[in-house]
Amino acid sequence: MFEEYISIFLKAVFVENMALAFFLGICTFLAVSRRLDTAIGLGLAVILVQTITVPINNLIYNYVLKSGALKWAGLEGADLTFLGLIFYIGVIASTVQILEMVLDKHFPRLYNSLGIFLPLITVNCAVLGGSLFMVEREYNFTESIFYALGSGAGFALAVIALSGIREKMRYSDVPKGLRGLGITFIIVGLMALSFMLFSGIEF
Amino acid sequence: MGKYSKIILDPLVDKNPVTFHILGICSALAVTSKLETSIVMSLAVLFVLSLSNLSISIIRNFIPGSIRILIEMTIIASLVIIADQLIKAFAFELSKELSVYVGLIITNCIIMGRAEAYASKNPPLQSLFDGIGNALGYSCVLIVVGGIRELLGSGKILGVNILRPINEGGWYEPNGLFLLSPSAFILIGLLIWVVRTLKPEQSEEE
Repeated sequence: MFEEYISIFLKAVFVENMALAFFLGICTFLAVSRRLDTAIGLGLAVILVQTITVPINNLIYNYVLKSGALKWAGLEGADLTFLGLIFYIGVIASTVQILEMVLDKHFPRLYNSLGIFLPLITVNCAVLGGSLFMVEREYNFTESIFYALGSGAGFALAVIALSGIREKMRYSDVPKGLRGLGITFIIVGLMALSFMLFSGIEF
Repeated sequence: MGKYSKIILDPLVDKNPVTFHILGICSALAVTSKLETSIVMSLAVLFVLSLSNLSISIIRNFIPGSIRILIEMTIIASLVIIADQLIKAFAFELSKELSVYVGLIITNCIIMGRAEAYASKNPPLQSLFDGIGNALGYSCVLIVVGGIRELLGSGKILGVNILRPINEGGWYEPNGLFLLSPSAFILIGLLIWVVRTLKPEQSEEE
């Protein structure tokens, strides 16, 4: 039982890494990985938002949207799955907003270090993607918590690793046209290649 | 009409949303393992981007600044739902292959980016053309990358044999790596290199 959850977690971190295997959140991934400290801030923010929104969306999907889910309200045949996208993005946007206010009031230090990254997360596809994958794979509530933790941690791991490599890259002599974005893409490609090594492992 | 054709043609190479503004990378990489999915994705983005630009521009003077993002999000999400349902209705197999990526058009930064940077400041017709132009620029990248990946990865284009693979009696050994995620990153990196070598003013100093 518990092993199953661990396996979902590890799979989400390594095998099905959000950034490197599914290309989610790449825009922020590339923009924020210039420096190590900002990358750590973004990584933490993604883990936090992911772990809150995916389980909430799981509850919404199972008790409101799924076909037949509105039985408790007396609506037997209602199927609202097509409204999913609006619900999920609404939950994500409002969670980010609430989180921003709570952190600002009670944890000013954490707020200052996460600062600009919180609003960015609303349009981070890794977060919306997490909810969509949760629905597609029909995780239950507990599984969705472990999946959210794992996928958030996977994203954080990838962005922190990339920023470390990019800090070292400053001293290398890159061909002119490839400087900046081009070489970063190729580095990410090589990182993705090395993460493929995990895909054969059964947890 | 010179102004409008410039609005459409500019984003194709000079100000391409993917290689120049670095927007919408996620989906550009994820759906390009086959040419067919790239084309369907391009059409979906064309539909959503042009209509969202048009409608946001029409109501741009009535939106209060503080809840601007929320309203834009709602318009975009509704359009994406329509696109998603249309694909599910008319191309069910493809919608399975595209999996969550159609839904992820909502968070595709091209759409939000153009809504914020262009449609909220310019009149409807120009915004419509800007939307079409940017969607076509995005499609160019998708189709080039999708075409290369499918050709080298399986020897086919749109399911038709171009390089006949060995297991069907031909000579080409398909390079399976091109169907997997790392190749997409590396191909886009090389594409950016090509564009920046042809247009040196785009390259950046670090």
